[in-house]
Amino acid sequence: MNIVVCIKQVPDTTNIKINPETNTLIRTGVESIINPFDMYALEEGIRLKEKHGGTVTALSMGPPQVEESLREAISLGIDDACLLSDRAFAGADTLATAYTLAAGIRKLGGADIILMGRQAIDGDTGQVGPGVAENLGITHVTDIRKIEQIDEDGTIIVERLLEDGYVRLKIKLPVLLTVVKEINEPRLPSLRGKLAAKKKEIVTWVEEDLEIDSERIGLVGSPTFVKKIFTPPKPSGGKIFQGDTREAVASLLEELKKAGITAGKKGSEDGNN
Amino acid sequence: MNYFLTEEQEMIKDLAAKIAREKVEPIAAEYDENEIFPNDIVEILAKSDLFRVFIPEEYEGMGGGVLEMCLVVEELSKACGGIALSYAGSALGTIPIMLFGSEEHKKKYLPKLAAGEILAAFALTEPDAGSDAAAIKTRATLENDHYVLNGTKQWITNGGEASIYTVIVLTDPNRGVRGTSAILVEKGTQGFDFGKKENKMGIRASATTELIFQDAKVPKENLLGREGAGFLIAMKTFDQSRPGVASQAVGIAQGALDKAVAYAHERHQFGKPISSFQGIQFMLADMATQVEAARALTYQAARIIDSGAKNIAKISCMAKVFASDVAMKVTTDAVQVFGGYGYMKEYPVEKMMRDAKITQIYEGTNQIQREVIALQLIREELRKKG
Ligand SMILES: Cc1cc2nc3c(=O)[nH]c(=O)nc-3n(C[C@H](O)[C@H](O)[C@H](O)COP(=O)(O)OP(=O)(O)OC[C@H]3O[C@@H](n4cnc5c(N)ncnc54)[C@H](O)[C@@H]3O)c2cc1C
Repeated sequence: MNIVVCIKQVPDTTNIKINPETNTLIRTGVESIINPFDMYALEEGIRLKEKHGGTVTALSMGPPQVEESLREAISLGIDDACLLSDRAFAGADTLATAYTLAAGIRKLGGADIILMGRQAIDGDTGQVGPGVAENLGITHVTDIRKIEQIDEDGTIIVERLLEDGYVRLKIKLPVLLTVVKEINEPRLPSLRGKLAAKKKEIVTWVEEDLEIDSERIGLVGSPTFVKKIFTPPKPSGGKIFQGDTREAVASLLEELKKAGITAGKKGSEDGNN
Repeated sequence: MNYFLTEEQEMIKDLAAKIAREKVEPIAAEYDENEIFPNDIVEILAKSDLFRVFIPEEYEGMGGGVLEMCLVVEELSKACGGIALSYAGSALGTIPIMLFGSEEHKKKYLPKLAAGEILAAFALTEPDAGSDAAAIKTRATLENDHYVLNGTKQWITNGGEASIYTVIVLTDPNRGVRGTSAILVEKGTQGFDFGKKENKMGIRASATTELIFQDAKVPKENLLGREGAGFLIAMKTFDQSRPGVASQAVGIAQGALDKAVAYAHERHQFGKPISSFQGIQFMLADMATQVEAARALTYQAARIIDSGAKNIAKISCMAKVFASDVAMKVTTDAVQVFGGYGYMKEYPVEKMMRDAKITQIYEGTNQIQREVIALQLIREELRKKG
């Protein structure tokens, strides 16, 4: 089994701040981490390897400091890591990124299973996974919450999370899967893993190493145009219903009905969080 | 702060800190309240290789020493002194095997201990033999190729949870401390049972139980060192393990200090954060200074021991006494900084104050430690005089 996990290095958004004047991320002093969703992809990759054998390789595109994240992946139990790093790749949108990553995977010799997180916490688009699959001409399924089994005949059975349930799918390999956090609990690194990661040679490929069209990479190959990034204004107005709870709820419901927000008598059920 | 750690030691510290922050802290209050032994955390520590750090490489360890063990205990103790003790208590039980075990003992137990597959424990104390450890009554009599053990050990950390116990017994009741021996007893040995689990003031996630021996038959190869060396083995073991207690104390104190500083910044009275009052500032300043001094002495003791120095009892006791007294003082002051909220279980510092107390008591009370230090001073003085 040949497994590739694509990971992205992102700023740790748990303590991120936006400059209110320029509406841009304040990046100084913000720690870089592996995109949290990708941690689940790495864990699943390691588990698949532990169960079915083969190798699991981590792949990333980004500046040289991404090597750190790839070393972290190695410390968790990933066998090899590869970085696509070139000035020509910089400024890539999801289209150019997917194209470049796909070229990297081809150069790695392809894969039976490609795993990615469902989205990156900085861009939040969720487009790169499907984009990579399209570039490679293989099947993709997003939002995987469980890999049930892989059969000798080259098929895989997975569960895809839906808003109100899940769907069980049987797919022919090769396949690209993006995973949700329900899929597993990522392990912590081990000391032996960390020591191995320190010594590991991480392959870096530049533009010339890949078979790609230079018009389709980096800023040049990115049609996306970001018009404006802003913090949505805090909602204002609103109305507070005070006094006796019963009466307050009753008058709230009355208002909602008037506004046409509540329908019948059946209360709306809270879905899964 | 730079503690002049090697790159590998930094790695150990970071990993232990990550586990403490992400895995231990969220469950610490619940495990304390319900006296839950942290099997899940032990498994995480095992998978992270942290049980390996103080065990030699030829037995699947990573070749570090007391300092490496201390770094792990300190980081874990910042989040929970009780959960940290499952680790430190196992180290205490592992040390006599490393120091006095035969090649067979080491091959049999150390790789499993290094992998964290099993835990160890150390059993000296009995109902009538605490500080006066020479008063132990648990007997081991040699019958053919077996020792037969009878007696009861009390307040044994990791009791019931550990798989291997170093038990200090009397092999020759006529010879006092020279009649004591150390014997390895495996859990599951016929005639070896666990008595009641104690309901404690603090470190409640740690298991403290009785060990009951009723004609427990143990192969005579399980003797550590030689007959008569029991007391010596116990003392040499404590010399190496006491910096572990000191680290537990430093960790608890640092944890309490961190909480106190954060709280003093947030809590407002008289229209200002309480951290703006000099009365609070001076308390925080003293707490921080004491914690730093305790850490320095603890690392110093660990480094001296790891250097292979011979006379380590004094520095080892000094680290334990000083750090544990600091932990008690600092956690009490942390409760003071929190005021009434500090006295409530909803806030973490009351637990830290309860947890700190044990560090002044076990592995030799602080009175006994001071006695050892003083005795050493007098000996050194006499030696000078020739
Ligand atoms: C939670 C917990 C875990 C423990 N874990 C272990 C373990 O894993 N293995 C193990 O073997 N033991 C363990 N112990 C036992 C511990 O080491 C003893 O409690 C300790 O050595 C003190 O003995 P004692 O409690 O009998 O106190 P005592 O010896 O009765 O002392 C009572 C008081 O008298 C003082 N005192 C006694 N003698 C002198 C003296 N000569 N000079 C001045 N003051 C003196 C003491 O300092 C103390 O203040 C544990 C204890 C606890 C509470």
